[in-house]
Amino acid sequence: MRTVATPVRAMIAAALLVSSAGAAQKSSTFTTGSNDPVIQKINEFIRTGWEENEVRPSPVADDAEWLRRVSLDLVGQIPDSATVEAFLADKDPAKRSALIERLLEDPRHVRNQTTVWANILVGRNAPDRTSRPGLEKFLRESFARNRPWNEIVFDLMTAEGHFEENGAVNFLLGQLQGNPNDEEYAVEATARATRILLGMQVQCTQCHDHPFNDWKQNQFWEFNSFLRQVRRRDVDRYDAASGQMVDDYSELVRRDYQGPVYFETRQGLMKVAYPKYFEQELESRGQTDRRQQLADLMAKNDPNHQVARAFVNRMWGHYFGYGFTRPVDDMGPHNPPSHPELLDWLTEEFVRSGYDIKQLTRWITNSEAYNLTSQFNPGNEIDNPSVGETPLFSRMYVKTLTVEQLYESLLIATNAEQSGQVGYEEAQRQRREWTRDFMRIFGGNDDDEPTLFSGTIPQALLLMNGDLVRQATSVESGGFLAAVLNSPRFKSDAARVQALYVSALGRIPSRVEYGKIEKVMKLNPNRAAAYQDLYWALLNSNEFVLNH
Amino acid sequence: MSLRIPSGMSRRHFLSHVSAGGAAALGATSFLSHLEAHAADVQKAQKACILIWLGGGAPTIDMWDLKPGSKNGGEFKPIATAGDRDLQICEHLPELAKVMDNMSVVRSMSTREADHNRGTYFMHTAYVPNPTVVHPTFGSVVSYELAPKRKELEIPAFISIGGGGMDPGFLGMAHAPFVVDAQGRIQNADMGSDLARLNQRLQMLEAVEDSFIRSNRGDIGKAHKEVYQKARELMTSEQMAAFRVEQERPEVRQAYGSTGFGNMLIMARRLVQTGVPFVEVRNPNGWDLHNDVFDSLRTTHLPQLDKGIAGLVNDLKAHGLFENTVVVCMGEFGRTPRINQNVGRDHWAQSWSVLIGGGGLAGGRAIGKTDADGIRIESDSYLPNDLWATVAHALRIPLDTVHQSKNGRPMRIANGGTPIKDLIS
Repeated sequence: MRTVATPVRAMIAAALLVSSAGAAQKSSTFTTGSNDPVIQKINEFIRTGWEENEVRPSPVADDAEWLRRVSLDLVGQIPDSATVEAFLADKDPAKRSALIERLLEDPRHVRNQTTVWANILVGRNAPDRTSRPGLEKFLRESFARNRPWNEIVFDLMTAEGHFEENGAVNFLLGQLQGNPNDEEYAVEATARATRILLGMQVQCTQCHDHPFNDWKQNQFWEFNSFLRQVRRRDVDRYDAASGQMVDDYSELVRRDYQGPVYFETRQGLMKVAYPKYFEQELESRGQTDRRQQLADLMAKNDPNHQVARAFVNRMWGHYFGYGFTRPVDDMGPHNPPSHPELLDWLTEEFVRSGYDIKQLTRWITNSEAYNLTSQFNPGNEIDNPSVGETPLFSRMYVKTLTVEQLYESLLIATNAEQSGQVGYEEAQRQRREWTRDFMRIFGGNDDDEPTLFSGTIPQALLLMNGDLVRQATSVESGGFLAAVLNSPRFKSDAARVQALYVSALGRIPSRVEYGKIEKVMKLNPNRAAAYQDLYWALLNSNEFVLNH
Repeated sequence: MSLRIPSGMSRRHFLSHVSAGGAAALGATSFLSHLEAHAADVQKAQKACILIWLGGGAPTIDMWDLKPGSKNGGEFKPIATAGDRDLQICEHLPELAKVMDNMSVVRSMSTREADHNRGTYFMHTAYVPNPTVVHPTFGSVVSYELAPKRKELEIPAFISIGGGGMDPGFLGMAHAPFVVDAQGRIQNADMGSDLARLNQRLQMLEAVEDSFIRSNRGDIGKAHKEVYQKARELMTSEQMAAFRVEQERPEVRQAYGSTGFGNMLIMARRLVQTGVPFVEVRNPNGWDLHNDVFDSLRTTHLPQLDKGIAGLVNDLKAHGLFENTVVVCMGEFGRTPRINQNVGRDHWAQSWSVLIGGGGLAGGRAIGKTDADGIRIESDSYLPNDLWATVAHALRIPLDTVHQSKNGRPMRIANGGTPIKDLIS
């Protein structure tokens, strides 16, 4: 393994580190090449956790492992062969931080974040009469300009209008169904907005005080009262072809409402709730715009910075597979975080940065913990959150590729050298069909923990026998395999096997691995078929569908 | 040596069988041969449910609860059936009428969700949609509860024939409906080459996967391997013959009406016979009959349904499966008693009917009552909760079973519904 710290940087970093006598000093101080003191401070917090729990962190991941990980996390797909080769050959000790900067400016990063957040906000199967494309447009434009997160939250909470012209409306629009005058109309919107944007699960308290935390029933209805002044308006149009009315568009409009809301306790008592954000109460009479006021409190005037805290926790979870709380959107006194000081401090830094999403991403991905290998070592076997332990981030946790990552990665691993072989229209049509299949078969639950592997038979069948992999492993000319087999660049079996490994897994096979592969390949007299089987096996392997 | 408990039986249940059979007095050898001799019976004793889904919402007022003499009555007449005197059904269901001593109709469903998506969700899960949790469709619940007990089953425990499946929700994708088309074709099950090639590939896969499994990264690499083993098992299992309806004699297919729908029901019976505990059959007709409801029912919808379900009931009985197989036939809601200006009926969830029978449930009964115009319920009314609790009861899944959602909320099976008394007594 290559160590990437230069002595000079290591010294600077060491000086910044509040050193405590003990285990940590044995390993040299890690840096990706960035000398941002915030990153050093994160490393320090994490190291304290290791020391207190007496775990020895896993070593730093080798360049291939880390490149694949950071590519999947930042741009949503594996690196192509050329990128892998260039990165492995790069001698710059600061190449990791340099790569992070490049990926943050890559348009694919915006696309990836848009997908991730559209999934969180409205789900892969957006509710009826909700425009996921509209929401994506809003998110794409926001992330492309690196708008502060609190501004985005403000828009999501206050937006009004047409679901494609003002895509931010879709977050609330998706949760508003049924009769606007029904007491339950804004219940789903309340539950989702508090869970996603504030990291608080108050939905149980719709009906009763929470059985094991401090949330009280009135708190749910206090939040709910903020969302009483909004409703959806669905517009239909006449379709001459079918002679029937069909969906035209939907919009979010203001609804007259004043005064408190009333709710019933389990004991059958009627109670009253006023618009109140934690301890801050609002004027409930008159036509005060409550959504505006709530958004102000959430995004600008919350002394606890709950919006920032929830975002930091979720983003940490996105990169590590586990956030500081489990699940990431259930924060509160009943569910203490694994690293309370780090979470507090990083939240404050994020607020101080002006809710700068890119900056937060930079801090997390440049941290030591993010750069460790996912392999256990004998000194950190207890750091295993998959069996319920508190995460210590002494190694990277293995995540399952999302359906989008899997699909995009398959295209990278297979399409690389065959662009232009089919017409654009045909390629687009085929892509839509494949996407649909993948979404249906892998779609699953939007809320699954990223570290959960829930493979199913239809998923395995899709990868074993599906059209995409079948084409990917075709040896016809113009395809990837034919290109490798016929290329003068790859002169030996070893070189060709390596090319396949680099393309699918982003790494070079070990000698032992090559030995095993060679043995199986020799059993097949048809050389092309043997390569086909190898590539099929690589694309179907555990390593391919995991981000480790 | 360990005695294998026949799956589909709880240990306690099994032991009670043992003592009832006087096994204590028998030596181990004769006991085992006793088991073998009854292996076929054990298979038959496995509980199952076939859900026949009428997507779009069927006009049950024209099928199971006719209102002659009312302005809402429509064009059809009721006829007597083999069931109780008050269990009259539509004149266009004559074959079914002959076997209605086996099936009952619950005429007082009241389910409040009259939107297609919400109604479909509610009727499949017994929960109304909620943005913070995805509830499992009931087939997933049955798969979750019974699949671990059916070790000999090499194909999935929840199969949906003829269309889109519902969501397994917080029970996880392992219990998602396994969707096959009306011909029983499984997407991507055909690798397009022979078994030898498949084995070569799997050998290569093993060589590739091995290093990750050994790389000390936890169990996740192995979990992946197990799924592939199951996929291979499926691709090569003899139980896949259950999907091959063409293996049935022509007489059998005729008995089901020789329609696509009939073939789907034959497939359901073959799957149940193989040990699959939950099969959903999507009736291929669209039941969202806002226009020309009577013509559609008379010419296509009812004749196919009539012969299909009558064929299924007779065939399950002939195979000795009916007493252990619940058959439910419904859609997401009923349709308005009022007939609209297009001679159609619109969405209606307040008062409608479900056909249910088999699996030891009472047959031949009309349960619940609507008024003379079919609008108001004049008896106890029922929710999907009660319907699925009845099914759970018949499948011997304990009603105090509680699952946990992803965010830690306890979820009672069938949303805490109560079995419908007149079906279980």
